[in-house]
Amino acid sequence: MNLSVNIAGVTLKNPVVTASGTFGSGFEYSEMTDLNKLGAVVTKGVANVPWEGNPTPRVAEVYGGMLNAIGLENPGVDVFIERDIPFLRKFDTRIIANVCGHSVEEYIETIEKLNETDVDMFEMNFSCPNVKQGAIAFGQDPHVLEATAKAVKAASKKPVIIKLSPNVTSIKDMALAAEAGGADAISLINTLIGMKIDINKRKFVLANKTGGFSGPAVKPVAVRMVYEASHAVKIPVIGMGGISDADDAIEFILAGATAVAVGTMNFIDPQTTAKVAAGIEAYMKKYNVEDIKELVGAVS
Amino acid sequence: MKKKVSAVITEQTELAPHIYSLRLKTELAAYACPGQFIGIYPRDGSRLLMRPISICDADNEELRMVYRAGGKGTIEISSYKEGDTLDILGVLGNGYDINAVSGKKVLLLGGGIGIPPMLYAAKKLKSAGIDCNAVLGYADGNTFLKDDFESVCPTFVASMDGSVGTKGTVIDAINAEDLKGDAFFSCGPMPMLKAVKAYAAEHSMKAYISLEERMACGVGACLGCVVKTNETDGHTHVKNTRICTEGPVFEAEVVDI
Repeated sequence: MNLSVNIAGVTLKNPVVTASGTFGSGFEYSEMTDLNKLGAVVTKGVANVPWEGNPTPRVAEVYGGMLNAIGLENPGVDVFIERDIPFLRKFDTRIIANVCGHSVEEYIETIEKLNETDVDMFEMNFSCPNVKQGAIAFGQDPHVLEATAKAVKAASKKPVIIKLSPNVTSIKDMALAAEAGGADAISLINTLIGMKIDINKRKFVLANKTGGFSGPAVKPVAVRMVYEASHAVKIPVIGMGGISDADDAIEFILAGATAVAVGTMNFIDPQTTAKVAAGIEAYMKKYNVEDIKELVGAVS
Repeated sequence: MKKKVSAVITEQTELAPHIYSLRLKTELAAYACPGQFIGIYPRDGSRLLMRPISICDADNEELRMVYRAGGKGTIEISSYKEGDTLDILGVLGNGYDINAVSGKKVLLLGGGIGIPPMLYAAKKLKSAGIDCNAVLGYADGNTFLKDDFESVCPTFVASMDGSVGTKGTVIDAINAEDLKGDAFFSCGPMPMLKAVKAYAAEHSMKAYISLEERMACGVGACLGCVVKTNETDGHTHVKNTRICTEGPVFEAEVVDI
């Protein structure tokens, strides 16, 4: 039985990865789950310099999920290279560095530094809803997305995954723009923009007013978008959005995802990724599936 | 030791209106230090995130938490009875450093639902032979845990409505009772912690304060629960530090509150 998948020439031993921002740099969860069991660790977004992020409160619970407005706080690419990559390299898993920035120049500065490391792939965060300048602007206009993808791709010595925002009218157009810009793969969905109001204080719960909505409640939206995007492009799709168990992950794969990411549910059970990987294997046994690729997009 | 485990409830009692004492039988108890906390997960699938709750007491087999059932999650948790199980994540954070106050006199200041973690701190200080007094600030005459403190160390009380002890805050009680010490261990609402920080600075005392913030992961991954710092933090490399991991207990002068 074969659980391994190939994304732009990089083999993942299984299709289960972590969603950026929910797993730190892997270190924080390494005491509670075996990183060797992951297809890849997708690290928290890193920029050319350290970012302080947004004021608190940065997180709030909502029905079946949560809102976050961290604002991409990160220690900067130099610390990431010195501290986080060597730690992750001790494990038998792929490293996908999520890259954030306010401008094309910032993205490229970070990528050029990471080109010289043994990170396996880049995931471009063009779609964080919590950063005022840049980020989501790159992710909401297909022309800007395509141009940015081209610039990033030209600077990159490693495969480039572009993470797509669901906060668009046509996910298909954004997927096509990423592909036209040279992306080696796309990942989706990033969080949906949400809001929560404290009715007793008559104030926004998050200091940022709005935040990214994630968790099991968003899953049907995410499955639909993965289906639409994967049917529009030829490049592989990494599907995510509310995955809490293997059944959820298989839904994404059947919709067209080559790999899947576990996000918010890492907070609820640090073992979720390992359980999802084991559950996919059990499903394949049950239905005599020799190779996971047989399942990718099998419902159409 | 950080782990998600299932723990059996051995006690769930209401000590005062909405204030519950919960005891859990768990292997994590043996690792608990004063000032640390655990995350308790609601079981209702609509409420996913763990509720961070401070450790009020621990022995090798049981953790005791005294918490307020204020929101939907903690109200749900308070509905579970002896014999039921709860999923918990623990033990989390850095607590009070008992070694840092060796040979000193410590004033333990607890305000409202910040009172419970002071009990375990008092017990650990006492067993380390460190002199301490407890000053507990209540809203009214519902003086939960007061007897527990009195069995460990000299205990003074303040209440906002004046129904018991000194009328006013823990700082008012310190002044009224003319209490002296070298360091504060404190936990309570932000206005109290600010007052404690200012009082300590004026009186050349050390203040260790326990902070609270909305958090998601509890283990330092999500960066939801940061507090501003005066210097660049060694982990984040910005002027933010993680309450769940570097804290919740900080030296007051380190954090910008």
